Amino acid sequence: MNSREIIENGLWKQNPGVVQLLGLCPTLAVTSSAVNGLSLGLATAFVMAASNASVSPIRRWVPGEIRIPVFILIIAALVTVIDLGMHAYLHALHVVLGIFIPLIVTNCIVLARVEAFAAKNDIGPSALDGLMMGLGLTMVLAVLGGMREVVGKGTLFSGIDLALGPAAKQFVLTVVPDYHGFLLAILPPGAFIGLALLIAGRNWMESRKQALPSTPPAVLAAGH
Amino acid sequence: MSESVVKHAFSTAGIMIGFTVVGTVLLATTYFTTRLPIVESERQAKLKLFEQVLPASLHDNDLLTDGVKVAPGGDLGNREETLAYRARIAGQPSAVILEATAPDGYSGDIKLLIAVRADGELAGVRVLAHKETPGLGDYIDIAHGDWIRKNFDGQSLAKTSDDRWKVKKDGGSFDYMAGATITPRAVVKAVHKALTYFTAHREELFSAPAVKEGKHE
Repeated sequence: MNSREIIENGLWKQNPGVVQLLGLCPTLAVTSSAVNGLSLGLATAFVMAASNASVSPIRRWVPGEIRIPVFILIIAALVTVIDLGMHAYLHALHVVLGIFIPLIVTNCIVLARVEAFAAKNDIGPSALDGLMMGLGLTMVLAVLGGMREVVGKGTLFSGIDLALGPAAKQFVLTVVPDYHGFLLAILPPGAFIGLALLIAGRNWMESRKQALPSTPPAVLAAGH
Repeated sequence: MSESVVKHAFSTAGIMIGFTVVGTVLLATTYFTTRLPIVESERQAKLKLFEQVLPASLHDNDLLTDGVKVAPGGDLGNREETLAYRARIAGQPSAVILEATAPDGYSGDIKLLIAVRADGELAGVRVLAHKETPGLGDYIDIAHGDWIRKNFDGQSLAKTSDDRWKVKKDGGSFDYMAGATITPRAVVKAVHKALTYFTAHREELFSAPAVKEGKHE
């Protein structure tokens, strides 16, 4: 599989958020704002790239029977190292993301990519696959978070100052001024409805794309 | 045949143990190298929090080394032992920072950090943790509104009599937002109780010997 395919799969064809539907727990739980979704998505992407990259070189020494516990051990150790490192050196970011970082271990998309890709491929493609799958998930989390934030609170990128420092406060957009809020979007049902819309939207785009190019080849085939 | 099965089992177990040992060493190393920076950054975070409720002009001592234990079950509503921190200017008590819990929020506990000046006037109140409804009850949090600053800064039992420590809807003198009355009601009640606690325990709060830092939590 070449890099192009890996990138396409991660970002669109096999997108973990709206196609594979793996890692729904964080998708639904943290996407109450764009910044939350984006931050957890990036942290997950980083963990996925790291875990794929560390499983790939040792895959020959791990017997099939114990591969799952060994993979989980590696993922859990990596996440803990990242958690402690962030806590020590990036405290402000840790305050925002702290409770979500340990949850990355339980995100089945991480184990799924280790098992399905890194256990069979070399280190370079594995790291790329982890990163791209992670960025695919990040996209979904950010868009879903943005949707819920605009509908629920009328703002976009609120809380960005927590991630980038007080100076970033100017990036907060008030999309609908003097908005009274639409609670449903912020509460868990909003996450389900929003995700359903995203999945439907992607399916619609895919079916349109398939409907268009499939017509000319059919005519050509008839000509033969 | 059976011998090879046993052999296989042992070699598999050996590999598993190998990975576990490597993982443990990795985690232990990380833990010990990050331990001190983490303690330091938590210290800084705590001081930053204190800065929000207590103006720098109100103390010249190291707040974190001047804590005193507060037993659970009192008017502060804490279920576990907490620490109150004392602010001093030239050794003279100037204020105290209390941690209070309002048990009757709309969705569970609301944790508050309350700074009271030595004369019983509130220097500042902030919400440390809450689970109130986003967009509705969360205006008590400084990140979502100025309510807590407007209503409590400079308040005291002397300025507002005991029966006025209620939201306006209940005949008191504190603002609230329509649709979310339970949340401010809980906060007002908790702050009132904290001030009562301070008045009753003022002397012992300031005179008790400081506990060693790091003993708590």
